[in-house]
Amino acid sequence: MTTTPSLTRRIRAPQTAEKASPPSRRPRGAWARRAPLLPALIFMIVVTQLPFVGTVVISFMRWNALDPGDRGFAGLQNYQDSVTDPQLRSSLLTTVTLTATVVLVSLVLGLGLALLLDRRFRGRGLVRTMLITPFLIVPVASALLWKHALYNATYGLINGTLTWVWSLFGSDSAPQPDWLSSLPLMSVEASLVWQWTPFMMLILLAGLQSRPMDAVEAARVDGATTWQVFRFLTFPHLRRYLELAALLGSIYVVQNFDAVFTLTGGGLGTANLPYTVYETFYQAHDYGQASAEGVIVVLFSLVVATFALRTVSSLLREEIR
Amino acid sequence: MVASITTSVPRRSPDPGSVARRRRSALGLLAWLCGIVFFLPVAWMVLTSLHSEPNAATNPPSIAAPLTFQGYREFFGASTGVSPWPPLINSLSASVVSTLLVLVLAMPAAYALSIKPVRKWSDAMFFFLSTKMLPVVAGLLPIYLIAQNTGMLDNIAVLIVLYTSMNLPIAVWMMRSFLSEVPVEILEAASIDGAGLPTTLARIVAPVVAPGIAATALISFIFSWNELLFARVLTGVVSSTAPVFLTGFVTSQGLFLAKVCAAAVCVSLPVLVAGFAAQDKLVQGLSLGAVK
Repeated sequence: MTTTPSLTRRIRAPQTAEKASPPSRRPRGAWARRAPLLPALIFMIVVTQLPFVGTVVISFMRWNALDPGDRGFAGLQNYQDSVTDPQLRSSLLTTVTLTATVVLVSLVLGLGLALLLDRRFRGRGLVRTMLITPFLIVPVASALLWKHALYNATYGLINGTLTWVWSLFGSDSAPQPDWLSSLPLMSVEASLVWQWTPFMMLILLAGLQSRPMDAVEAARVDGATTWQVFRFLTFPHLRRYLELAALLGSIYVVQNFDAVFTLTGGGLGTANLPYTVYETFYQAHDYGQASAEGVIVVLFSLVVATFALRTVSSLLREEIR
Repeated sequence: MVASITTSVPRRSPDPGSVARRRRSALGLLAWLCGIVFFLPVAWMVLTSLHSEPNAATNPPSIAAPLTFQGYREFFGASTGVSPWPPLINSLSASVVSTLLVLVLAMPAAYALSIKPVRKWSDAMFFFLSTKMLPVVAGLLPIYLIAQNTGMLDNIAVLIVLYTSMNLPIAVWMMRSFLSEVPVEILEAASIDGAGLPTTLARIVAPVVAPGIAATALISFIFSWNELLFARVLTGVVSSTAPVFLTGFVTSQGLFLAKVCAAAVCVSLPVLVAGFAAQDKLVQGLSLGAVK
């Protein structure tokens, strides 16, 4: 039960395996070794990398599907249009805000819930199951639920509850805000936090339950307070799990399309990068411009991904030590 | 598990813990409260799906309104005659076939990355992971154009290929992490004893990684079932999937809340059942196999 989140364990193995094979026979042996890896590798290159080459090519073209006759080389025109487009810049900012808010808030809530669940109480299994449920609702279904059953200004549950509470005090003038139009980005964020908190909680709970308990017991015997145990034992142990949860959460949330598409249709400053590219391509049919935007999004993601991969490889190095 | 038991052992301190006990039950209560708050939207979805359309859209909410299956009847096409089965079956076949493909491709790859590792195996691992970090929209247009020009638009096969590429990196990471659990010493002993590759795989590797295969399959299935963007752009009438079908229940006029909730419940049901049945697998899968 003393498992740690080692993304890549048994670092020792490659070296021993390397030594085992005599150097003279390496070429044939190496290919025999590589063979099982190749199908997956080739599949991924063909399906994920080649289309991107196409995107780069199209990004230099003047190509709008609504005007198929006028197709040709456009040079950097699409890039110039994209960079000067205030909508793309604002969607970049939206993506950063949305991802950071959702990941951080659900990480903090997930940590709190994991700490609560890491103690025995009556009905713990049931509470855990209830907390997991939001993550198991199909994202589109959850977005539709929040938009129509909860946020709706006339009959949504939130405003309905406000009416009910106000009527308890004999008032019939309860506030009835239109959540999606008055707080659009926050509404999207709230629904995503609801979906992603269970994800964070599950990973952090697994982290808590893999703590070496003898150290905690020893600290207790020595008179450490609950806060001291958390600050100096639990938290350092959890750090890796926190990083892992944040990294994986960001990978998924940064690409979010379903919630933005369903809840606001990208309106009112909630359009993130995936939605903006989708719109240029699917609604404006401007293939050249959409591709240029796609390339810019990829460049932006590369910067973020480099940091993320560095985190992963630091996790990896800690494992070797 | 160990943690939960040891933390709740009462401390034998001079002040025998009535304060501690009260605090503990307060925290238990708080946990219950949080569980209920998180579950509330789902409970509301189920309750609304069982109300009639007028009762579903009242303010304040009519909690005690009579229950009806009208919403579910509408989902199965009672008044429109549109059956939900084609999209549900499309989703099911796209998810199941792509999950099988993922396993077939990921298992040998993970083997080559852990048990008999190729040189620079970690570069390959990072390549797989990096494809998950690049935005899918960036490749969407060329894929759309290729599908259009080869007559593959509105064909479930395109979705199967894309879902496979979406889940393969996760699966490779997970399977590698599970294969790393196979003790090297036993593998070496087996090979000294003259056991061939098939025997080693069946007798030693398979039992260790079986839970990993289950976790990989579960995650791959859930992500494929949930996918909306590709399905929306690349499918039409014939090969539309359940999430796309779901968005069609929102109409610009008339009441639709009970209908939408019923549809949301039905479409989420396979994921809910699979996820509840395999809660521990869910954790393993979500953490790419890093947490076991």
